[in-house]
Amino acid sequence: MDAILTAKLLERFPFAEERASLDHPAIKVPADKLVEVCQVLMDEFGYSMLTDSTAIDWGEEVSPRFTGIYHLFKVSGGDWIRIAADCSDDAEPVLPSLVELFPIANWQERETYDMFGIRYENHPDMRRILMWDDYPYHPLRKEFPLAGHETELPAADVAKASGAKVIPAPMMGGPFHAPQTGEMSDREPRAADQSWTEKNEKPETVKD
Amino acid sequence: MPTETKEIDLGDVAARTSGYETELKGEEMTLNMGPSHPATHGVLRLKLRLDGDYVTEADPVIGYLHRGDEKIAENMTYNQFVPYTDRLDYLAPLANNVCYAIAVEKLAGLKVPPRCEAIRVICCELARISSHLLGVGVYGMDTGAMTIFLYTFTQREKLYTLFEELTGARFTTSYTRIGGVTRDLPEGWLGRVSNFCNQFEPIIDEVDNLLTRNKIFLDRTKDIGVISQEDAIGYGFTGPNLRASGVDSDLRKDKPYSGYENYDFDVPIGSVGDCYDRYLIRMEELRQSVRIVRQVIDKMPDGPYYAEDAKKVHVPPKAKVLTSMEELIQNFMLVTEGPQMPEGEVYFEAENPKGILGFFIHSKGGGVPYRLKIRAPSFCSLSILPKILPGLMMSDIPVVLGSLDFVMGECDR
Repeated sequence: MDAILTAKLLERFPFAEERASLDHPAIKVPADKLVEVCQVLMDEFGYSMLTDSTAIDWGEEVSPRFTGIYHLFKVSGGDWIRIAADCSDDAEPVLPSLVELFPIANWQERETYDMFGIRYENHPDMRRILMWDDYPYHPLRKEFPLAGHETELPAADVAKASGAKVIPAPMMGGPFHAPQTGEMSDREPRAADQSWTEKNEKPETVKD
Repeated sequence: MPTETKEIDLGDVAARTSGYETELKGEEMTLNMGPSHPATHGVLRLKLRLDGDYVTEADPVIGYLHRGDEKIAENMTYNQFVPYTDRLDYLAPLANNVCYAIAVEKLAGLKVPPRCEAIRVICCELARISSHLLGVGVYGMDTGAMTIFLYTFTQREKLYTLFEELTGARFTTSYTRIGGVTRDLPEGWLGRVSNFCNQFEPIIDEVDNLLTRNKIFLDRTKDIGVISQEDAIGYGFTGPNLRASGVDSDLRKDKPYSGYENYDFDVPIGSVGDCYDRYLIRMEELRQSVRIVRQVIDKMPDGPYYAEDAKKVHVPPKAKVLTSMEELIQNFMLVTEGPQMPEGEVYFEAENPKGILGFFIHSKGGGVPYRLKIRAPSFCSLSILPKILPGLMMSDIPVVLGSLDFVMGECDR
């Protein structure tokens, strides 16, 4: 069933490639064809709802670095289809916006922009949504550490009261290890703290 | 499928606001509602432009609760993330647990036995009852009816006692495991669930009598916050909110998971898509959930509550870990490395009380997901606010917010 649909899609979109998937039919399209593909899927195939739009970061050394992932949903009957599109530029990734087709893309793209730094062309309102406006990082990028970076807080009084510093996140990083010393109860396997590595210096604020 | 829909009449507002620049500029005001306001149901801030009592512009600001659940998931093993799913929609943690477990099972290619599926269905439906009870109760408060909340919250307390017996926790249950559930049903638990259902049904009727034909309630909810079918689909509405707009879509019927195809139940569909319809849908779903729970209790199969080949994802029983080398190694590997998953991408969505919750997992193999994206129904429900609030009165805002029944823990993640 899924294979038939995938074949049909590949025939309809000659520029598309099949994408490996364990469940729903999935295709990969060039970023500039994305809007067109979604329009056709909506009009001809009945995939009228964009349930999810997100991205994957393949890491700093991979190119293309970012892939946008979209899940379209057929409301009557309940079937999904997955569409992937690579961002061509690794430093300033851009994807076309789907807001005109799906109003929900407005917020979802704002979230992806906030978390990954992917800009959406023709988006009416490209602002951050989860982090504050002046926040300089994109937290879901792979190089962003789990504990976060120390950042100036937007309000001075908040910064003074909270005294925010980078402290290692409890489950930071992995791989996991079992400490060899200390009380037996402390020797259970746990995540290694990687808020500093050979690459990143140990933050001054972190005490042993 | 009923198709009658109504658009909000914005014409008056446009007429009223045009020409205000010069004449009545002093009467326009900006109001910040929230971040912490009884009517915003959590830390949600609404930046409102008001013209007298009428809203002309609304800009929701979310993110106050953002904890980076996706980042956390990408830094820990599949098993370790189960407790974090409780904190998404914290009004129905059991349903989230089930959704996450099924998503990972899909990735791992595990098939769970019928008893496990039946237990999960009970969990999901009790979670639905618990979530809708709060939804309806607080909605009553939003419209000025205090008593309903006391009725529904008493029932929620009873459900919590049942959850505590089943999972060991009242609120954050973390009950499912990948490939099964934590433990089998306690003795006599099904009987107590049955007793709960028996005393619960009259309460639904009582709430119904108090609210459904109440004149004040009707005046405040009928034809308020109408969302057309087209908008509901465009804005990614799912669950009760989508069905209230007249779209017949329920994953439990359309794409049954966890054995939902074995049970008879009806899916209520609204016709107008206003706040009143959304309330009615929730009330009817309470009844249908009780119906499903009863059927599961009648048909509860025997057998294991854990998948046969779950060995590769689940830690062995503690007694065996301490006595057998094989299990000790397995335990150590699972804790240190996590359950080894194949490479691939899966996307699983389940019909949760607030709408469909989805998990997209991209795995590169190993015990940690490379990318885990949570599709949150509340996030989508809120995104329509800039569209439907303009034209309504200030006092309608709590009603509209209450009727959408969102939860900020899930919206911000």
